[in-house]
Amino acid sequence: MGIQALHLTKTFGGLKALDDVSLEVPDGKLVSLLGPSGSGKTTLLRILAGLEFCDHGTPAKILFHGKDVSGVPAGKRKVGFVFQHYALFRHMTVFGNIAFGMKVRRGGLRPSKDRIKNRVGELLELVRMSGLERRYPSELSGGQRQRVALARALAVDPEVLLLDEPFGALDAKVRKGLRRWLRTFQERLGLTTIFVTHDQEEALELADEVVVMNNARIEQVGDPQYVYDRPATPFVIEFLGNVNKLVAGLSGLPKEGGNVLYVRPHDVDIVGPDEAAGEYVIKARVQHVFSAGNYGRIQLERLSSREPFEAEISRERLRQLEIKYGDVLSVVFRHVRLFPRGKFFETDVRDGKLVGLRDSLPTNGEDG
Amino acid sequence: MATTVTRFRETPLPRTRSAISESAGMRRAVIGLTVVFLFLFLFFPLIAIFFEALRDGLGAYLDSFRDPYALAAVRLTLIVAAICVPVNTIFGVAAAWAIAKFEFRGKSLLTTLIDLPFAVSPVIAGLLFILVFGSHGWLGPWLEARGLQVIFALPGIVLATLFITFPFVARELIPIMQARGKEDEHAALTLGAGGWRTFWQVTLPNVKWGLFYGVVLCNARAMGEFGAVAVVSGNIKGLTSTMPLYVETLYLEYATVPAFALSSVLALLALITLLLKNLIESRWRSAPGRGN
Repeated sequence: MGIQALHLTKTFGGLKALDDVSLEVPDGKLVSLLGPSGSGKTTLLRILAGLEFCDHGTPAKILFHGKDVSGVPAGKRKVGFVFQHYALFRHMTVFGNIAFGMKVRRGGLRPSKDRIKNRVGELLELVRMSGLERRYPSELSGGQRQRVALARALAVDPEVLLLDEPFGALDAKVRKGLRRWLRTFQERLGLTTIFVTHDQEEALELADEVVVMNNARIEQVGDPQYVYDRPATPFVIEFLGNVNKLVAGLSGLPKEGGNVLYVRPHDVDIVGPDEAAGEYVIKARVQHVFSAGNYGRIQLERLSSREPFEAEISRERLRQLEIKYGDVLSVVFRHVRLFPRGKFFETDVRDGKLVGLRDSLPTNGEDG
Repeated sequence: MATTVTRFRETPLPRTRSAISESAGMRRAVIGLTVVFLFLFLFFPLIAIFFEALRDGLGAYLDSFRDPYALAAVRLTLIVAAICVPVNTIFGVAAAWAIAKFEFRGKSLLTTLIDLPFAVSPVIAGLLFILVFGSHGWLGPWLEARGLQVIFALPGIVLATLFITFPFVARELIPIMQARGKEDEHAALTLGAGGWRTFWQVTLPNVKWGLFYGVVLCNARAMGEFGAVAVVSGNIKGLTSTMPLYVETLYLEYATVPAFALSSVLALLALITLLLKNLIESRWRSAPGRGN
């Protein structure tokens, strides 16, 4: 196991930032901590780096590659940390920044001048910044600063790499490019890496494993596809991707506490204009139709409860059905998820019949 | 956490006609008023100092500095500044560091206390020291019994000057350090640097221009302080008379030329300080790395 964090609890002035959080990151994997601001993800990262400490008297434990580093100070944890705003030393050149971690080593551990120079050269090449060692951070673009920060973090030969919102301060286009680059880069280095983000697209696209956090706790852990397809809690389903939340229940579904049901727009099937209202068929009126790319989006209003929801069908199908404003349609929810009192149900409706009903999550990877 | 600061240097605004353009007459009146005011209250007195000092010719001007009391005053002032400026620089850095980087009880009280010398009249400050260290004060007799005279001696002058000048460096550094936040120090920490090295190589370089500016202001005040020093020093010619005090003594003795000659040195010092300050500010703005 690359990183093991056990029972981390952290309170800031009465406010829980982490509530008994445990996390395991397999060796060499790229894991993302995903959650809204204030969910505790950055705190978790900083505790791993040794920049913050767990509450006194809690049984917290942090292990890197099986070694307990709980009592090891930040400078000796062998952590490469990339800060959200890079925290480059502004009065030092790119060379000075990257060399810093090597120059501050004591006595015999400090590499020779030539060795440092070579290593900085290697790292600059690695982050594709060769030739820019004399520049100051203020003379670099955001993406370049990010890469210098990464090179600086790698210069101390870290055992784990921690990145705090690594793309947060970059504009969208640079972000996409850098994201892909980081993915291949991390794969090549094989370094156990955790990065924090509040951008679900980033997390799903980049990470081997996503850790969804909310309210100082971990909501769900799994590979991106699994977490998206099999959200374990209402928070996860609402946070990841688009979802319709309908309060009025549906007949034929389990009714254990609460009727709130969740349907992804692409799980809403338009079965036809005047299908008979069966047990799983819902009548809805078209409010708005819009298509972009391959998909058509239809804003609908459920007739029985006047609740709005959205359907996403292919453009092709949209054309076939000739849907227009004001039409009343018959709609089937292929997959409905319910989370009554900590329990979980998922339906599978095909051809007007309930063909599957799960009441627990399959384990990660069982059905991708 | 501090908000994101723009990392690129600002470009100057293109010259455009200002939207708040007043009529030409109004503009002239406002500028004229400012110029007249500055001339009357700043420029004119400055000229007057040099004019009066040189009234009887360069020879008389230079003769003023043959006066052993004047030389003693210059020496005393330099000694006081040489002690107070380094001490207050160290104190200012420590106080700014504590306030900007740590959370502790009584932090806001400490912040307020640093401003105290600005709020208290220097004369009152001087009297406070007399109350504490004077012959009839709390600590005075005890210290005098051990052969250390504070009031009417160098230690008193140094103490009063320290008190008056201690806000300068701290005031200058606190906002800069607060704006910088702790990220740089944290970065240095994760890279394996110890506290001492982080301070010298990361924290201090980050604030060096602000620190320099604070030191220059502190020095100007240390050399120019009158009120507090007048109270504690006793103004003994040749012994405890600093430059500003001796200028007053000379003036009261109708020794106009020497008084203004000595003043001209102080005024020159002020001009150099202003020049340095401007130089620092322009360096500060264009320094590499200042941009982010």
